[in-house]
Amino acid sequence: MLIIKEIDFKYISMLLYIVRRILQIIPVIIGVTLLLFTLLYVIPEDPARLILQKGATEQALENLRVKMGIDKPLYVQYWRYVKQLARGDLGTSYRYRRSVNSILAEHYPNSIKLAFVAIIIEIIIGIMAGIISAVKKYTFWDTLVTVSTTLAVCVPVFWLGMMLQVIFGLKLGILPMSGMGDGSIRYYILPAIALASVSTAFVARMTRSSMLEVISNDYMTTAYAKGLSNFKVIGKHALKNALIPVVTLIGLDLGALMGGAILTETVFSWPGVGRVIYLAILQRDAPVVIGGTLILVFIFVFMNLIVDILYAWLDPRIRYHKREINV
Amino acid sequence: MILNMNPDRKRKKDDLEVINEIIIEKKYARSSLYKDAWRRLRRNKLAMLGLAIVIILIMIAIFAPFISPYDPIERIKEESSVSPNGAHLFGTDLLGRDIFSRVIYGSRISIQVGIIAVGISALIGLFFGAIAGYFSNISDAVIMRVADIFFAFPYILGAIAIMTILGPGIVNIFIAIGVLGWAAFARIFRSSILSIKNKEYIEAARALGASNYRIIIKHIFPNAMAPIIVYATMNVGTAIIVEAALSFLGIGVQPPTPAWGKMLSESLDYIDIAPWMMLFPGMAIVITVLGFVLLGDGLRDAFDPKLK
Repeated sequence: MLIIKEIDFKYISMLLYIVRRILQIIPVIIGVTLLLFTLLYVIPEDPARLILQKGATEQALENLRVKMGIDKPLYVQYWRYVKQLARGDLGTSYRYRRSVNSILAEHYPNSIKLAFVAIIIEIIIGIMAGIISAVKKYTFWDTLVTVSTTLAVCVPVFWLGMMLQVIFGLKLGILPMSGMGDGSIRYYILPAIALASVSTAFVARMTRSSMLEVISNDYMTTAYAKGLSNFKVIGKHALKNALIPVVTLIGLDLGALMGGAILTETVFSWPGVGRVIYLAILQRDAPVVIGGTLILVFIFVFMNLIVDILYAWLDPRIRYHKREINV
Repeated sequence: MILNMNPDRKRKKDDLEVINEIIIEKKYARSSLYKDAWRRLRRNKLAMLGLAIVIILIMIAIFAPFISPYDPIERIKEESSVSPNGAHLFGTDLLGRDIFSRVIYGSRISIQVGIIAVGISALIGLFFGAIAGYFSNISDAVIMRVADIFFAFPYILGAIAIMTILGPGIVNIFIAIGVLGWAAFARIFRSSILSIKNKEYIEAARALGASNYRIIIKHIFPNAMAPIIVYATMNVGTAIIVEAALSFLGIGVQPPTPAWGKMLSESLDYIDIAPWMMLFPGMAIVITVLGFVLLGDGLRDAFDPKLK
């Protein structure tokens, strides 16, 4: 009877936490749309002029303004924008006269595939490097990992991409320099490495410090005392406990990778959503820039939510205290 | 108080006397948080390397006209895309401009953006952080929710959105990066205020009749600054990378002004015929950011040795 009550309590507190966390998102979403609306419709030059180019008559401009509704007061425009967003409509591109939704939908799969490969690199290389430097603390390997993770944080993604292109594409000629080609894995390798570099460094550092903390626990000594092999102790006992914070970091990264995609996709001419946003910037096509940004922010916020909920599930203390985001 | 509860102590030296002796012996008589931190920082080789890089860079930025051998925007037609040699240390670009001089002048943009943009973030952040932390009530809730909105933007994405609208130019870069960064400063400052505002010395100041303003400026501020200094130093590196990214995307500093990110985007189409065009500006960014990161890491360890 008592056990059932405890389980009930766990579920109820979890449910309350999820509800509270979702309620917290609402003002964030409203704020983001308000901010982007301001950027999109209030500050820039006359969109009618952008669409009709030079030489348009004043009458034609006025007609288009009325058609687009930008002659109305701002709050009317905002309400219209929110209603439009609520229907899932991101507006129409100034340049292509196509809906932003269809433009983004066309390119999103390519970005997600690239991010997926980047996450795999991050998990394999980041966690391996972290484990090695923790287990072989203060050796050559540890120093190597520490130095390269520090450097990786300082290297701009786009410059790393260009260097990879020159070294592997141009000088060695073993990998394609840009584009998606026929979509084979060879085309993914260089952009994925560039995209994953900074996150891999963070994963490696996080794994290292988390492993060091776990290794110093008494149950690790016990495991060794039982006569277990080094591999078993590290692999079975330490890793399981050390990886919880790392997993959440990787979850948060999905959102951050989307931001990095703009630079990586530009350097590698990758036909993803990042490149679409970049081209739209050059053409001053605000609805595409803002629509693309909005989707990326939504993904970021949503991943944050999932990570927080996962974290609360794994660590009950969180449910009572707000988790401070590490900056 | 607690120490004196032991009756044996009466026979020995007074605790205060012992402490005073230690202080005089070790010459820490006028020791403060900042002096201690500086002492620890000086012993940290990597941090001193970072500090040296930062100081040298600032010097290069200030004395750019005296260091650079050529005018950074002057085009020498006969010497277009020359590979590095004695006359042009880093070679020239397609328009015949000396890359060494352009890298030297580029440091001005990066250092300016790093310091001014982070300064703007810090000022806004400290102001709202102080209000949120000290008067924790409705204003706290409102400010922190607004901060959440800013946290919802990946840094680079927000900067791109703002620059697209404001248009290119260095002043707009200050604004975009400066405005985006305030939330982290506010959050850090708020939490350090929360942790010290109930300490005894603040209560003592209040008992003496000090005004809120005086308490914040004279007592809380100096004691809450350490994490802000650390974060600001690291943030300068981030701001420099974001500026380079914006200029790379063509929405930052405009030509012909030499900026490292812009130089990289100009070299993008010629990496097969003139790879030196991309090598040197990129290395300049890496070394600069590394300097601030190493200094920031060192400051963190110096202010809080327990964290190490």
